[in-house]
Amino acid sequence: MSTVRVNDFVVKFANVNGSGSASANGMFAKSIMRMGVPVAARNIFPSNIQGLPTWYEVRISEAGHMGRRGGVDLMVAMNPQTWDKDLAEIEPGGYLFYDSTKPMTPDRFRPDVNVVGVPLTAMCNAAYTDPRQRQLFKNIIYVGALAALLDIEIEVFETLISEQFQGKTRLIAPNIEALHMGRDYVLQNLEPLRLKMKRADKVGDQIFIDGNTAAGLGAVYGGATVCAWYPITPSTSLAEAFTDFCQDLRVEPETGKAKYAIVQCEDEIASIGVVVGAGWNGARAFTCTSGPGVSLMQEFVGLSYFAEIPAVIFDVQRGGPSTGMPTRTQQADLIGAAYASHGDTKHPMLLPCDPRECFEMGALAFDLSDRLQTTVFVMLDLDIGMNEWLCQPLAWDDSKVIDRGKVMTHEELEAGKDFGRYLDVDGDGIPYRTYPGVHPSKGSYFTRGTSRDRYARYSEEGSVYVDNMERLLRKFETAKALVPAPVRRDAKHPTKTGVIYFGSTTPAMHEALEMLEAQGSHLDALRVRGFPFSDEVMDFIAAHEQVFVVEQNRDAQLRVLIMNEGGIDPAKLLPVLHFDGTPITARFIAGDIAKRMAVAKITEAAE
Amino acid sequence: MTYILKPRLHHPGLTTNALGFTRRDYEGKVSTLCAGCGHDSISAAIIQSCFELEIEPHRIAKLSGIGCSSKTPDYFVGAAHGFNTVHGRMPSVLTGANLANRDLLYLGVSGDGDSASIGLGQFAHSIRRGVNMTYIVENNGVYGLTKGQFSATSDRGSKSKKGVVNHDSAIDMVGLALQLGATFVARSFSGDKTQLVPLIKAAMTHRGAAFIDVISPCVQFNNHVGSTKSFDYVREHNEAVNRLDVIGQHDPIEIDHAPGTVEIVTQHDGSTLKLRKLAPHYDPSDRGKAMGYLQERAAVGEIVTGLLYVEPDAKDLHDSLDTVETPLNALDNAALVPGAGALEKLNAGWR
Repeated sequence: MSTVRVNDFVVKFANVNGSGSASANGMFAKSIMRMGVPVAARNIFPSNIQGLPTWYEVRISEAGHMGRRGGVDLMVAMNPQTWDKDLAEIEPGGYLFYDSTKPMTPDRFRPDVNVVGVPLTAMCNAAYTDPRQRQLFKNIIYVGALAALLDIEIEVFETLISEQFQGKTRLIAPNIEALHMGRDYVLQNLEPLRLKMKRADKVGDQIFIDGNTAAGLGAVYGGATVCAWYPITPSTSLAEAFTDFCQDLRVEPETGKAKYAIVQCEDEIASIGVVVGAGWNGARAFTCTSGPGVSLMQEFVGLSYFAEIPAVIFDVQRGGPSTGMPTRTQQADLIGAAYASHGDTKHPMLLPCDPRECFEMGALAFDLSDRLQTTVFVMLDLDIGMNEWLCQPLAWDDSKVIDRGKVMTHEELEAGKDFGRYLDVDGDGIPYRTYPGVHPSKGSYFTRGTSRDRYARYSEEGSVYVDNMERLLRKFETAKALVPAPVRRDAKHPTKTGVIYFGSTTPAMHEALEMLEAQGSHLDALRVRGFPFSDEVMDFIAAHEQVFVVEQNRDAQLRVLIMNEGGIDPAKLLPVLHFDGTPITARFIAGDIAKRMAVAKITEAAE
Repeated sequence: MTYILKPRLHHPGLTTNALGFTRRDYEGKVSTLCAGCGHDSISAAIIQSCFELEIEPHRIAKLSGIGCSSKTPDYFVGAAHGFNTVHGRMPSVLTGANLANRDLLYLGVSGDGDSASIGLGQFAHSIRRGVNMTYIVENNGVYGLTKGQFSATSDRGSKSKKGVVNHDSAIDMVGLALQLGATFVARSFSGDKTQLVPLIKAAMTHRGAAFIDVISPCVQFNNHVGSTKSFDYVREHNEAVNRLDVIGQHDPIEIDHAPGTVEIVTQHDGSTLKLRKLAPHYDPSDRGKAMGYLQERAAVGEIVTGLLYVEPDAKDLHDSLDTVETPLNALDNAALVPGAGALEKLNAGWR
């Protein structure tokens, strides 16, 4: 690395789980944002509370590339267990930052990597006697050292420390002292790196927030009153966020009583059972879980589909199948959610690409589930759900009112309006429902998962069953126009090649498109945001000769869904698949597509 | 499979309750269960209880799981919404429904297969959460709908119709309910209407988790010699600890002339339970003693029936969660959506 790289590099922290590094690393990421430079930070952690390796990868990009780039420019190697692997990941000419207290032989380093040693343990042992303090302050000391090495304004950290310890003010001074201890060591003993931070103005009013928090807040704004859940990584923090927001925003001022009910259930089956019961009785209800939970909920999802009961499930996807990789990310529950439960079933899905959309779709899901009277899945993944992303501020239009869908009222029943629970009055496949207790003599019906006629009367007649199943298909057709439309991003030059992507792949995809364009490869891109697929998705495919489908699973699940729902020729859809549990990178996407486009060009020339 | 419609015409001389409803207004569709099924007697007792309690039929929500017992909510209180859910999962659905609207009366009907086998977990957790409900298990000790397999409440040593002897221990739902903290626990027999109707009425006026285990012989598969849930066996081994009268808020309380054998229990809603004690030393306010007494009598082959335990001023799940008085399903946009202003403040915290 001969020239100085300004505001464009990757720093990765290798730590031991449970060592208190998370808050120090988080503060480092936030300092970049406070310097006015876009930042993306990703936790890579084990399914464990203490003792195993954990990493925190910070992408600094003034150009605003927020996906994983791949490769590391500065490794902060604080975990001897993973030393070799961490060393190997550094780009040639990059930097290795390590605790130089214990001397190490040259064979433990790489000749093409610059070494930056700070005797952290020795400094801590000299300054502190308490072992816990030695551990915690070591983290702050390396943050102070990095500030000096990378030229991050120290005042930014001082402010962040003051904010973090608001209410525990006695902790502010010792933390700032530790920060300066690290900084002073570097200023006195080391040279600044050729990686440099410079104040910019590229953050604007953007916020730094994780998707689970945003989705939990979305549920509050979507009018959810009942949350039933069972803890499972990586969805737990969604229910916890909902709980926190409700305690702040959903308390009746006059009485102090809760305008919400949250039940931590005995398992995922009970969780979705509570949601279905509450939905049946006219409250907006949700559960949040991950793949294993969705597997357990199958039977109830089928009941919700067939008996037409609103429910919302946030599926924060992790590495499957089975227990899989509980703390790694994947987009591998698409088919499982789309066709969950036995028999012929299909369920709408919303596919947010960042925390802002987690908020928007988190709220929208409740309108859609009431409107469509069925389960709506909001498909997050660990990368969006548990990592803080820089995104546009959350926005709400106060003129918007909750859409409760087709609910027949006491007045309408009293006026003699015909009520058939499964009667398609409007031709959109969506029947009217009533809330229990609505009227003394009209509007009651018996809800069941067995076949019944338009007036909810039990029936095993083939024609009655078919009539109902076909109406459910009409309802699914109606859903096409209600789920969020895809977002199109056309190439600068006309092209016959397209690419389809969704969810957390988005930032890496956008960067990959720029990389490909720089190489002269042009692709029109379409970001899918909902299932069932709207006509625009099939039109896009029809308008291109070949379409790459980029996703984070082994079996090309989005591609399969598109083929299945749209009757698309498999040869036309080329899978680009990343499924090792780490978030997909721009380099991977661009590399894979470039290789295959080059092959295609050669084949074309030969013909 | 209800093909027969009940005639809508009523006899003009049918008696009405204070709300002007006749007993017929609390009926449902014609039962499709076997003739003589104990479950139909329980449905009749529910109908009688709702009529006598003067409940508006539509203020009841009926929920059930899967099985013969779980079909019965279609056969009573037709003006109420009903929900035949999935196997063993009625308790969670009822819990959710109750959270959505605290103002309705929740009646959960289940069987021994539905609640003691697949649904044992959900049964337990709905009880320990104190969901305000009346939970009736129609207990015949057999899987009727799949033709006669043992259930988890079949007694060890009892014989199936095919002559197979059960070698597994039985789950005692009443003992479990007591251990799990149910605040109203009773057992009765489908063939004993005078005992059962007051128990259902008392359970429906109780706030909190009220559980009634009703032994209900299966005329097809569990009413033979060797069965411990048959009509004859239960009649011979039944030991009733008390007889109950339920007096509503507006009924005058009679003064009983036999002190020492009668106990008056006032519930949260003002209704009064008048217990005529048959077992002289039985105390329904002592959970520990109730559990001991059940074990003691079970050891000598007796089935204790009656009101076994009641905590008259119990709290329910809504009390634990401290929810608003307005049903959650009636809260409007203004009550639920914090608005753009609140969001702007939150955004500022994430910069």
